[in-house]
Amino acid sequence: MSVNLDMNVLIQNVFNALSLGGLYALIAVGYTMVYGILRLINFAHGDIFMMGTYFAFYAITLLFLPWWLGFLCAICLTGLLGYSIEKIAYRPLRNAPRISSLITAIGMSFFLESFAVVVFGGIPKSFNVYPKIFSQVIIMGKTRIPILTFITIIVTALLFLFLWWLLYKTKTGLAMRAISVDIPTTSLMGANVNKVISVTFIVGSAFAAVAGILWAMKYPQVQPYMGFTPGLKAFIAAVIGGIGSIQGAIVGGFLLGFLEIMIVGFLPSLAGYRDAFAYVTLVVILMFRPTGIFKIYSEQKV
Amino acid sequence: MYEMLKLENLRVHYGAINAIKGIDLSVEKGKLVTLIGPNGAGKSSTLNAIMNIVTSKKGKIFNKGKDITKDRTDEIVKNGITLVPEGRKIFPNLTVRENLMIGAFGRKDVDDIKRDFDFVLELFPRIKERLKQTGGTLSGGEQQMLAIGRALMGNPEVLLMDEPSLGLAPLLVRMVFDVINKIKAEGRTILLVEQNASMALADADYAYVLETGKVVLQGNGKDLLMDAKVKRSYLGIN
Repeated sequence: MSVNLDMNVLIQNVFNALSLGGLYALIAVGYTMVYGILRLINFAHGDIFMMGTYFAFYAITLLFLPWWLGFLCAICLTGLLGYSIEKIAYRPLRNAPRISSLITAIGMSFFLESFAVVVFGGIPKSFNVYPKIFSQVIIMGKTRIPILTFITIIVTALLFLFLWWLLYKTKTGLAMRAISVDIPTTSLMGANVNKVISVTFIVGSAFAAVAGILWAMKYPQVQPYMGFTPGLKAFIAAVIGGIGSIQGAIVGGFLLGFLEIMIVGFLPSLAGYRDAFAYVTLVVILMFRPTGIFKIYSEQKV
Repeated sequence: MYEMLKLENLRVHYGAINAIKGIDLSVEKGKLVTLIGPNGAGKSSTLNAIMNIVTSKKGKIFNKGKDITKDRTDEIVKNGITLVPEGRKIFPNLTVRENLMIGAFGRKDVDDIKRDFDFVLELFPRIKERLKQTGGTLSGGEQQMLAIGRALMGNPEVLLMDEPSLGLAPLLVRMVFDVINKIKAEGRTILLVEQNASMALADADYAYVLETGKVVLQGNGKDLLMDAKVKRSYLGIN
């Protein structure tokens, strides 16, 4: 087993890990926000991520929108998709046993995948819809970092800043935090619970779309099942962090990103086990901390 | 006399269990009306039905003559009715300040919100010292004050209170009743559900006694206090 130790490789890997971890975290936030509020694991979240990339792809190739406008439209459309999924599929089951909404979420995931196969086609499409400058590489001494990596890190950071502002500086955010503890009591405060839940789905889905677009630029193709692995990894990240906790999802995402990149970077012979490490981490963390790294408040509900 | 709240033949059931089997009730403006009765009589269900947080109900509920039976909970709150729920239900993950501010969620009158905020802090100096702490760190009595303060932040015309004295030390129970009287003195209407029948009846303008989902007795608070059946069943006096 060869161990690869080199300062330049380390720096390069730190950047890669930050960008991959950021993407996991962006998706994980969507899982954790929905779980925090509805105690529902939104299995369709990975497929919402996939739909976001297709929206971007078609907005640019079919509607000939400039790339930035195409991306923006895709993000908004994906938000709308998340809103509709909640309204059509989950809301009617709000008071049903939790297993019903869980099964519905799995069904929604299959529906979106099948929809994409039928409508968009099963053949992977090349995602060459963004300006070439993004794929250029910045060379600093011996370290080579793609511009896209920087962009991913910056965009992720900005979105988390936005999320913090939404949660802690707005009334909607206050209601979102309240709803995660107690839905009926939040409605007693005069908050329209349905509206707040809709906002949660819109934000989570829009974040997934951003992650999807960045993902599709990194591995430049789109296909109907592309949401499965990142979705699963992000879900693991959310569970590792403590599902329901937003800080947890972010920490979990970065933890997973670092672990994956560093293992592949320093122990290249184990690269084939890359995905296995995510699952092993999950098992180990759940063995010692069944609630994940961060605990959410629901356990203390009176 | 102006009627703030009126229930007509209200019925509530949870699955096959009939919690309320047809209640008629009326609350006049500026009055303190109390509902007493044993566990399972349907007192909390009545309040929850008014707020529309029960799943199944029949009958009619009027607020100032307007039918609000089918209104959404947040609309009912915006129209001036607020509930201090049983078990306080403060938000343990929010700070005390946030707990108070969320009580004003449906309001847009920033200046008046500030005034009500100051009023609540004046009413509960203990809360004022703890604005930055999370709600979960408060003691039971402080949580009850916070729950009442939070409801007042909604500037309600009608305040529904579900067992505000439950689980409190006698001194705090006295304090809760003092606060209730202060709120009433402000001109607000109160519908109070209580287990502490003697204190509730002593302060109430009017009272209803509920048993297994029905009103079995009603009248002036002080008259009920003298009633032989009430004395025997609820006050423990023979």
